[in-house]
Amino acid sequence: MKKIITITYLIFLLSIGGYQVKAAEKTDLLKIDWSFKGLFGKFDRGSLQRGYQVYSEVCAGCHSMKYLSYRNLSEKGGPEFSFEQAKAIAASFEVTDGPNADGEMFARAGKLSDKFIMPYENERAAQAANGGAYPPDMSVLAKARSGGADYLYSILLGYEAPPSGTILDEGVYYNKYMYGNNIKMAKPLEDGLVEYSDGTTASEEQMAKDVVTFLMWAAEPHLESRHQMGFKVIVYLIILTILVYFSMKKIWSRIESEV
Amino acid sequence: MSDHDYQPTSKLGKWFNDRLPLLTLSNHLSEYPTPKNLNYWWTFGGILTFCLIAQIVTGIALAMHYIADSDLAFASVEHIMRDVNYGWLIRYVHANGASMFFLAVYIHIFRALYYGSYKSPREVIWIIGMIIYLLMMMTAFMGYVLPWGQMSFWGATVITNLFSAVPFVGEGIVSWLWGGFAVDNPTLTRFYALHYLLPFLILGLVVLHIWALHVPGNNNPIGIDIKKPSKDTVPFHPYIVIKDGFALLMFIIVFAFFVFYSPNILGHADNYIEANPMVTPAHIVPEWYLLPFYAILRSVPDKLFGVIAMFASIFVLVILPWLDTSKIRSAVFRPLYRQFYWILFIDVLILGYMGAMPAEGLYLLVARVATAYYFIHFLIIMPILGRKEKTIPLPLSITEPIIGGSPDLANIIKKKSLN
Amino acid sequence: MSDKKPKRREFLFTASYAVGAVGVAAVIWPLIDQMNPDASVKALASTEVDVSSVKPGNTITVLWRGKPVFIRRRTQDEITEAKLVKMEDLKHPEKDEDRAKNPEWLVMLGICTHLGCVPLNDKGDYDGWFCPCHGSHYDTSGRIRKGPAPTNMEVPKYEFVNANTIKIG
Repeated sequence: MKKIITITYLIFLLSIGGYQVKAAEKTDLLKIDWSFKGLFGKFDRGSLQRGYQVYSEVCAGCHSMKYLSYRNLSEKGGPEFSFEQAKAIAASFEVTDGPNADGEMFARAGKLSDKFIMPYENERAAQAANGGAYPPDMSVLAKARSGGADYLYSILLGYEAPPSGTILDEGVYYNKYMYGNNIKMAKPLEDGLVEYSDGTTASEEQMAKDVVTFLMWAAEPHLESRHQMGFKVIVYLIILTILVYFSMKKIWSRIESEV
Repeated sequence: MSDHDYQPTSKLGKWFNDRLPLLTLSNHLSEYPTPKNLNYWWTFGGILTFCLIAQIVTGIALAMHYIADSDLAFASVEHIMRDVNYGWLIRYVHANGASMFFLAVYIHIFRALYYGSYKSPREVIWIIGMIIYLLMMMTAFMGYVLPWGQMSFWGATVITNLFSAVPFVGEGIVSWLWGGFAVDNPTLTRFYALHYLLPFLILGLVVLHIWALHVPGNNNPIGIDIKKPSKDTVPFHPYIVIKDGFALLMFIIVFAFFVFYSPNILGHADNYIEANPMVTPAHIVPEWYLLPFYAILRSVPDKLFGVIAMFASIFVLVILPWLDTSKIRSAVFRPLYRQFYWILFIDVLILGYMGAMPAEGLYLLVARVATAYYFIHFLIIMPILGRKEKTIPLPLSITEPIIGGSPDLANIIKKKSLN
Repeated sequence: MSDKKPKRREFLFTASYAVGAVGVAAVIWPLIDQMNPDASVKALASTEVDVSSVKPGNTITVLWRGKPVFIRRRTQDEITEAKLVKMEDLKHPEKDEDRAKNPEWLVMLGICTHLGCVPLNDKGDYDGWFCPCHGSHYDTSGRIRKGPAPTNMEVPKYEFVNANTIKIG
């Protein structure tokens, strides 16, 4: 009986997993060994910090990240910039605040409690500036695309020359991993586009990896504590289950019957 | 019931119990004679009680932070995920809890189908159970709308549009459901109100479900009537409590794996995109637990009849106690039914799979055959089978299963308990 | 049954109960803690106020942690009046120097210590504040002089970041 239960569970898990995998991998996505995958998966701090650099220098011109605050940059489980660094990053942005006593909005330096500033006033403005395509908000992007981190990584590195005979409209680019292969975002990364402050060589792959790691953290800021807590919870549950199992055996041994 | 003459030992207990017999109730619950041969499939009743309570408790916690407003709902969910203390944990338990709830309820239903638990004298338990199941689907559907992602919005649009199939008043019903000309803020706020209300109706029905169970007592894997209490029964506490507890812990381990290691695998990526009434996602699928019904809906080419077929698929379950003409409850003693049971099981799995696939070509054909078979099973096979089937002789009691010199029976029962 | 058996059984049950109880407690904590101030609220725990435009004799009210804070630039008369009050006349004796480090500026929570109403500026018998709810009178140092309030208005933790900016909290 127990076997059957376990087997049913396994079938269930596998079928769900299989379905999900199938849906995700229409074209084989590029795969790399993300440090945040697995039971003990953690973010690579250096990668997160570099990823933030890529985001702020390359992506932030068009893509908002409206659910993140500057304080998140120094929080545990994230890029873990020091408190002072995060404060300096926040202060480097100009935030509109107000209204003041005269009823007017005013600009001030950003504070830790501020949300990431938006590149455009609103979605319409973003569309108008980008040929009608809204550059999606990146706060939860890594969870909002099936394939997740692998998908984003593949898109960033999936630009190639269109197959001969393909005619692309103006402002449309060819990307091997994009649904329908047409993407309105120009190829964002080039070797050496940013200069990493920690001396890492800014190859295209490196930047893609870093920024995707950063996006994964942005989408799932509590991933590390989730993994840590999960491990403790499951170890605890197994211990309790074993204890209860033997208690059950004891109790049922009072009557002559199988459990 | 055998415990009506229960008397509390303490004076205070007696005084209180004479005024409100809570102690009698708790004595009844702990002494409740339960067949001792119940297998692990019977533990899902307790597991479901846990699921309901877990959903209500986490749901109330989420309701303290969630904002039911089409401009703020998505952001408030992100606020829960990012800023609220343990908000991510509570939300992931709630979201995956819905799936675990349905997993458990499907096992519970298929157990009842296998062992004939819906038959006399337990029809009322079964019907209450079906109402609970229907309410669960409504609650889950409305809960899925609340995060106000793309799947929320378009799922709500598609499901509410089902009612437009009703002749003459369909359009009126749909705009009444929406409170507008499309799914919008009024729809969200009313879904929120109902999503909060329905679980408490379910809770009330669960009490009735258990009450109705305690009148005839549990069915059991052999499916025969047993004397209560007797050598064939054990008191609910501690025997069944500890066994249910053990099974529950196994269940929670699986639950925990989902929550901590693949919290989004049962959901859909598109629901992390905020609702946009101007763009429909490429592929709309309901949550996995509604897929078989979705397949039935789509396999009928007519809008109205598709909707009717979908509701009929639940209704045939409600009237099942009268469709099944067999006097024998347990499939253990019904060799033919046992085979049809597994065919039905596979049929439902196929329907579920087809519900997730695009409704075209071969998929559609298979879905149609599976839909037809689903109804054939309940409307044709079940009534005929009960009359024609040659069943295996029943034992007289659980403790003495071998009676009348049927040597095969011992083996069959042995096999069952190994399963 | 041997002598050891009942002991082991007892231990097993006690252990199961104990471990189970720990688990229940661990489950309850997140459900309680979710009601505590969240990360976004805590991030607003301090606020900086530009006071360059406040003239002597004027009070501005700013919101800090969801509560009003009075920032008053006191006139010389008010400061003198506050300093002259004898300690024995006070219900809640506090020196003005302790309440206003820089005597020109009085920073305090604008909440009556009676039942939490917001007192009115420049009102009452002591030239300070007057709470309209139940008639508490505060002096120019925000100290309770008459009425039901038990203590002086609370001075929050604050500092001058520079001559024109006060950081509260």
